Amino acid sequence: MNAGMVTAAYIIAAILFILSLAGLSRQETARRGNLFGMAGMAIAVLATVFGDAVDNYLVLVIIAAIGGFIGLTLARRVEMTQMPELVAILHSFVGLAAVLVGFATYLDPESYYIGVERTIHDVEIYLGVLIGALTFTGSVVAFGKLSGKLGSKPLVIPSRGLVIGGIGAACLVLLFVFIGTAPDTATVAPVLPGVDASAAATGDAVDVVPSESKTAGTLVLIVMTLLAFAFGVLMVMAIGGADMPVVISMLNSYSGWAAAAAGFMLSNDLLIVVGALVGSSGAILSYIMCRAMNRKFLSVIMGGWGDVAPAASVDGDGEPQGEAVAIQADEVAEMMRDADSVVIVPGYGMAVAHAQHPVSELVQKLRAAGKNVRFAIHPVAGRMPGHMNVLLAEANVPYDLVLEMDEINDELGDTDVVVVIGANDIVNPSAEEDPSSPIAGMPVLEVWKAKNVIVSKRGMATGYAGVENPLFFRDNTRMLFGDAKDSVQAVLTAL
Amino acid sequence: MLIGVPKETHAGEQRVALTPETAGRITKLGHELILQAGAGDSADFADEAYREAGVEIVDGAQAVYERAALIMKVRAPDEQEIERLRQGQILVSFIWPAQNETLMSALAGRGVTALAMDSVPRISRAQKLDALSSMANIGGYRAVVEAANRFGRFFTGQVTAAGKVPPAKVLVIGAGVAGLAAIGAARGMGAIVRAFDTRPEVAEQVASMGGEFLMLEFDDEDGDGDSSATGGYASTMSDEFIAAEMALFREQAKEVDIVITTALIPGKPAPELWTTDMVESMKPGSVIVDLAAEQGGNCKLTQANEVVQHKGVTLIGYTDLPSRMAAQSSQLYGTNLRHLLTDLTPGKDGKIDVNMEDAVIRGTTVVKEGEITWPPPAPKLSAAPKAKAPPAKPSDAELAKAAAEAKPASVLVPMLIGAVALLGLGSVAPPDFMSHFTVFVMACFVGYQVVWSVTPALHTPLMSVTNAISGIIVVGALLQISSGSGLVVFLSAVAVLIASINIVGGFMVTQRMLKMFRRDG
Repeated sequence: MNAGMVTAAYIIAAILFILSLAGLSRQETARRGNLFGMAGMAIAVLATVFGDAVDNYLVLVIIAAIGGFIGLTLARRVEMTQMPELVAILHSFVGLAAVLVGFATYLDPESYYIGVERTIHDVEIYLGVLIGALTFTGSVVAFGKLSGKLGSKPLVIPSRGLVIGGIGAACLVLLFVFIGTAPDTATVAPVLPGVDASAAATGDAVDVVPSESKTAGTLVLIVMTLLAFAFGVLMVMAIGGADMPVVISMLNSYSGWAAAAAGFMLSNDLLIVVGALVGSSGAILSYIMCRAMNRKFLSVIMGGWGDVAPAASVDGDGEPQGEAVAIQADEVAEMMRDADSVVIVPGYGMAVAHAQHPVSELVQKLRAAGKNVRFAIHPVAGRMPGHMNVLLAEANVPYDLVLEMDEINDELGDTDVVVVIGANDIVNPSAEEDPSSPIAGMPVLEVWKAKNVIVSKRGMATGYAGVENPLFFRDNTRMLFGDAKDSVQAVLTAL
Repeated sequence: MLIGVPKETHAGEQRVALTPETAGRITKLGHELILQAGAGDSADFADEAYREAGVEIVDGAQAVYERAALIMKVRAPDEQEIERLRQGQILVSFIWPAQNETLMSALAGRGVTALAMDSVPRISRAQKLDALSSMANIGGYRAVVEAANRFGRFFTGQVTAAGKVPPAKVLVIGAGVAGLAAIGAARGMGAIVRAFDTRPEVAEQVASMGGEFLMLEFDDEDGDGDSSATGGYASTMSDEFIAAEMALFREQAKEVDIVITTALIPGKPAPELWTTDMVESMKPGSVIVDLAAEQGGNCKLTQANEVVQHKGVTLIGYTDLPSRMAAQSSQLYGTNLRHLLTDLTPGKDGKIDVNMEDAVIRGTTVVKEGEITWPPPAPKLSAAPKAKAPPAKPSDAELAKAAAEAKPASVLVPMLIGAVALLGLGSVAPPDFMSHFTVFVMACFVGYQVVWSVTPALHTPLMSVTNAISGIIVVGALLQISSGSGLVVFLSAVAVLIASINIVGGFMVTQRMLKMFRRDG
């Protein structure tokens, strides 16, 4: 296969990838879209393998087979409630691969550039490795948090801003050092004034510049990679559970940019196109998630709801903290029997309790009784974008019953019973009614407008934002305490 | 605390501030209740029923005033009743502080604490104790009943063996609580109902009650005819507006059979909306119910508390419509009082706490221990009115957004900087790089367009599929795996391994997920 044919194959692959994403615009075309994606990938890989650059077939086939087998097993075994973890760990693979490809490119003796091209190539390698590295550790930490291996509470180290700023500055300085190590410009190494003292390794790097340029450059690259690893860890460590949708989409975006950077360093347009597609996809998702929480992207990345949250919830003079009225499962069943329309609002609590199957059964039963049952999904419900939709789909809930917040919010006022399962902040009326609330202005599902609201919850704890939820004390709200799965089962039995 | 309810003394007043049902609930708050014998008779609540609910019946108002620490009434106290109040006692009733200065100073002089049920702030939390709304609701309903009583025809249209009867046409002016109740009641009886209000935003509520909202063909000089800014009450309108309004009414006067006017402006005499010539242009037998009769009437010909005829048109000026449905209005008013007591008794231990920090109690309390505390500071509105002035506390985000909209320069400047930076890059970068860069920028835009069209329900599959295709980095590794350097081969091999996990895993799990999405049926 000659170079022209390879390029042609890459064009076809790129088009197939675009069609693959476009297919996801509707459920009807989504599966075809995924098949397009697979076809694109197959074409791209085969074209590369049979191109001029590859002849190490034996190693290749064995390794790809092993990797493919692991991937297949993961995909088969994963539970739908664990999707966020899977996605996070897959992001980390892309990040790590980008780091490795970056190093391999740098070390490859067959590549030489001079002058500006050399500089640009070095910058591309540097950026590719940087983004890849922080995607890698960031995703690993996100995986740890989502799978419960690490605490999901935001962990903020003291003077975190300074440390992160220091790392950023160090990485920038190292970039210039790295460019300076290029063989044909190494005659005069730039003098580095006062590099951040904490990055002690920087000094070493400067010392070895004149001796052996590639070794020195590799060292700089390794130091920077370690710094970027630390950066990724610090960044995601400080972000708490319910901000995970933003983090996952952000890491999704980064993994795309890492691939794009790899494309630049290898002068490969296919990698650039795909990287850009994935990168902008992740960026849009992060934006959507941030908008759904009425938060700025930066404030999410800087961690937590800030220090204002506890203070503001204390001085809230608006809603009196009345009494939450508990209800038993048989009364809930009674209420549903009398209702014509029921809306279910699921949250992360439903995923944790694996309650989607009993919920689905409940829906079937209610629908068999001729009731209008629907689901209302808040954009940030769960731990990743679209998490709830996947869970409900897994439990055989038809997707035309599952509505977005904007589609159903106006109808909640005419609904007889709203059942909130394991959600809190996304149904908090103070977002609309209390301008001093930390979550003021966040778009929420207006469940309190319904005739009756049942909140299934383990206890009276606050949600992720740490804000009291006046919904629980409303006259039309009843609390169904207990594990979501058990509660729904009990209601089912009572029906 | 001992709560006393005397019999109303105002002539014709049939309501009572306590019903057996609310009595039971108030007792649960830890209070004891005494009631003047016979207080509930005119509202059809027998003393016996109260007794069963745990209320002590005492003879004579004097005993009630002497013993009780808190007095609940419907009407504002008359002179004799004021005499009976003592220092430190709490009074809960209608008071109308704006209209009754002498009463206010008299109450202050007695050293009592007075809570005015007409001064409950209009915020959502206080709706359950908003006695004005519950009384207005009854008034609106009763207005239709009174009109039907005097109207010599059917409300509903019928086709009978004896011929066709057209439905009555009802015009309701002012779509507040009373107006909406009247619309509902008249619709329920089968009439065609039209309604007018100076606040265009109530059109939806009118429609929800089955009425037709009359729109005014009119451009307000100020840009909007929006009067909801004054806490949910109508305010005085501009001259042009009134002229257009009058023209609309004149036209309607020839058509409609029944007019119910409910227009009130707080603290001012009722505006004259239905002029004498409009009355005279109405068909004989038509009926006008003027719910504003107490404040002078929306029609000059109305006489308060009277029914008068003018050239064949009946004008009803009753001011005691709620009292004419004493059982219903006592029950609603009693429930309002019960909610107020619930707020006043936070501990449910029978201890009254007139907590001036609570916005609702603060607004309701007009005299506190002999000091006049009316008018209260403006309540914080829970739903910001659609006013031209910015809401009291716009969030930073809103301000930033407003600023961004105001200055297109703030968008232009970064774009300009971006363009300059791009040109700078192009001036030094080799053409090879720039062609890759072109591809990159175009792909970003394609991605942007494509991803926005993805339905939110498929965001998780979107992430897993983008995950899979970002495994395309395997191509980068493949290009290096045949390198001469052993280290490079090793690094590439590891990269191929994990990238292939990614590709296969990503596509497979996406396929698995998408298979689960199914349509109904």
